Amino acid sequence: MSEPVGTGMAAAGKRDGPPQAGGDAAASPLGLCLFGVYVLLYGGFMALVLVRPDLLALRPFGGVNLAIVYGMGLIASAFVLAVTYMLLRSGR
Amino acid sequence: MLHQTSLVAVAIFATFVLGVLGLSFFLGRKGQSAAGYYAAHGQIHWFVNGIAFAGDYLSAASFLGICGMIAFSGYDGFLYSIGFLAGWVVALFVIAEPIKALGKFTFADALDSRFNSRGIKLAVAISTLVVSIFYLIPQMVGAGSLIKPLLGLPHEAGVILVGVTVTLIVVTAGMVSTTWVQFIKGSLLVFFCGVLTVLILGRGLAVNASRSGTENLAPQVRTVRPDGTVLVDGVTQSREHDLRPVGTILRLPERFGDARSTGPLGPLEYLSALEDSTIVTWAAKKHVDADGAHTTFTPVERRGTDLLKPGGFFKGLTTGKLADRLDFVSLMLALFCGTASLPHILIRYYTVKDAAAARKSTVVGIAAIGVFYVLTLYLGLGAMTSGALDPTDTNMAAPLLAKTFSNTLFAIISAIAFTTVLGTVSGLIMAGSGAVAHDLVENVCGVQMTDHEKIRCGKLAAVGLGIVAMALGILFRNFNVSFLVGWAFNIAASANLPSLVMLLFWPRTTWQGIVAAVSAGMLSSLAWILLSADTFEKVYGLPREMALTPFSQPGLVTIPFGFLVLVVASLLTPAPSPRR
Repeated sequence: MSEPVGTGMAAAGKRDGPPQAGGDAAASPLGLCLFGVYVLLYGGFMALVLVRPDLLALRPFGGVNLAIVYGMGLIASAFVLAVTYMLLRSGR
Repeated sequence: MLHQTSLVAVAIFATFVLGVLGLSFFLGRKGQSAAGYYAAHGQIHWFVNGIAFAGDYLSAASFLGICGMIAFSGYDGFLYSIGFLAGWVVALFVIAEPIKALGKFTFADALDSRFNSRGIKLAVAISTLVVSIFYLIPQMVGAGSLIKPLLGLPHEAGVILVGVTVTLIVVTAGMVSTTWVQFIKGSLLVFFCGVLTVLILGRGLAVNASRSGTENLAPQVRTVRPDGTVLVDGVTQSREHDLRPVGTILRLPERFGDARSTGPLGPLEYLSALEDSTIVTWAAKKHVDADGAHTTFTPVERRGTDLLKPGGFFKGLTTGKLADRLDFVSLMLALFCGTASLPHILIRYYTVKDAAAARKSTVVGIAAIGVFYVLTLYLGLGAMTSGALDPTDTNMAAPLLAKTFSNTLFAIISAIAFTTVLGTVSGLIMAGSGAVAHDLVENVCGVQMTDHEKIRCGKLAAVGLGIVAMALGILFRNFNVSFLVGWAFNIAASANLPSLVMLLFWPRTTWQGIVAAVSAGMLSSLAWILLSADTFEKVYGLPREMALTPFSQPGLVTIPFGFLVLVVASLLTPAPSPRR
């Protein structure tokens, strides 16, 4: 295993190639909040699959069972959260 | 099953492949630099990059594997769709902007941005190669599956055709041509899957199993004799005497009375009617004796309500066996964490100009990928009830579904599926090529190269990876492609995610910690897979009981292990200097 041959920005400064826009190398707090919301939704789905699969057979919406409604809801919520994030970040 | 070659299919397929190659050669004629070859000069428009994300990500596993799994096992295939998309949430909210700000050409650049350590470059380059190769296998297997019904050529021919085509795409214009191939593929895939779904809903559901007799529901036996000849129900297989296609509806819901067809249905109506129908699926059981390997396909009458809830493929969800449930949780965790750790996805962030473009392109990608995954449910269920499934090949469900509408649509869908493989494989080979040329040769070995030499080195690496991909695609021909992709996600999440996340959120992270975590995550997940019951059974041909791991998917253990190793190794080594 080698020793570091340079550190931090000094090393980065030696680079060539495409122009880097730089920017913040940390995730945004807003993004982390929205990520938390999705984790709760995803975790809820996993908990149902593992602990109460009988509930997923219920048909609450147009004769379609909860397994499908929740699954499609997760896909839709990912998109809604993504658009929300993009709009809020663009507005800042 | 034996499939008949269609001239229309060959013509459309040839047009697609030649079109893609023509585009690559056109783009390759423009002047190139290393920045252009590896990162398309960072000048790809965010919308194009977003659709290219979809083209890069929606692999053979997504299209062929998930549709096949839904068609044969029901709802559980859709769990893959849910997990694959969830990974993009991690990519957008946690990874996208930092990775753009930290890196240049490869994933190793980002992880090494604060340290400039050869150890990090070496470990990450090796992990990139391992993940890319594991991800390449299912793509090549998918290509082999497609070529049989499309062109009437053997599996090996499909694998070699993809390998050669993709190598040409990457070698001619690197990331520029790869991006455009992925953009075209992503657009076509989502559009034509939409068309297919509209046709499925327009056709509705129809009884296509014999109502009184059970002639077309009799068991079927396929025997492969030691000399290689294939028998169907004891008679040599031929076009006249072949396995019957499967996937039928036995009874429609009572509300349709005596009708044998529902007629056109809305998206929710379709799912509701299917839940109330009775469907025939086919169970396969294998045994080997002196006469050869016998596979018996037996019809199983099942209610739609049972097929549309979890547990059809992941048996542990219904049996309650702890190891099987942990296996499922482990897979879903790997899908969630794996997307943002896949090197071929991460390098796409370097093709746009700034963090805002990275963010916007991820949102476009999520939209396209999300729409596609919703469509997979309809495609899979449409195939399940199409009466056209090949019981020997789960990966062919979507193209064979298209064939029930028309041969032209079959040809188009097959050609798109083939382009799907091309798009993903070209991304993987680009990632591997960068890992070898930029990380290993230039940064680890310290070989000073001119811009031209960097490109040549990348191209040579691409050729080498193409050859490896072809060999593995032939070796793993009998695997379901979604299943194989699960392994790649596990290795990627275990090797890469701990370092990436901790680098962003824990200032105490050291270069030694990153090297240790990448190595430990990669090796532990690889070792787990090689010692698992699935590998014992499907790769070594040994009994599952001999396996040394309690369940097959490693992520549940090896992802936390990667985090633990990073924390311990970082605490045991000197803290990094404050950033200037």
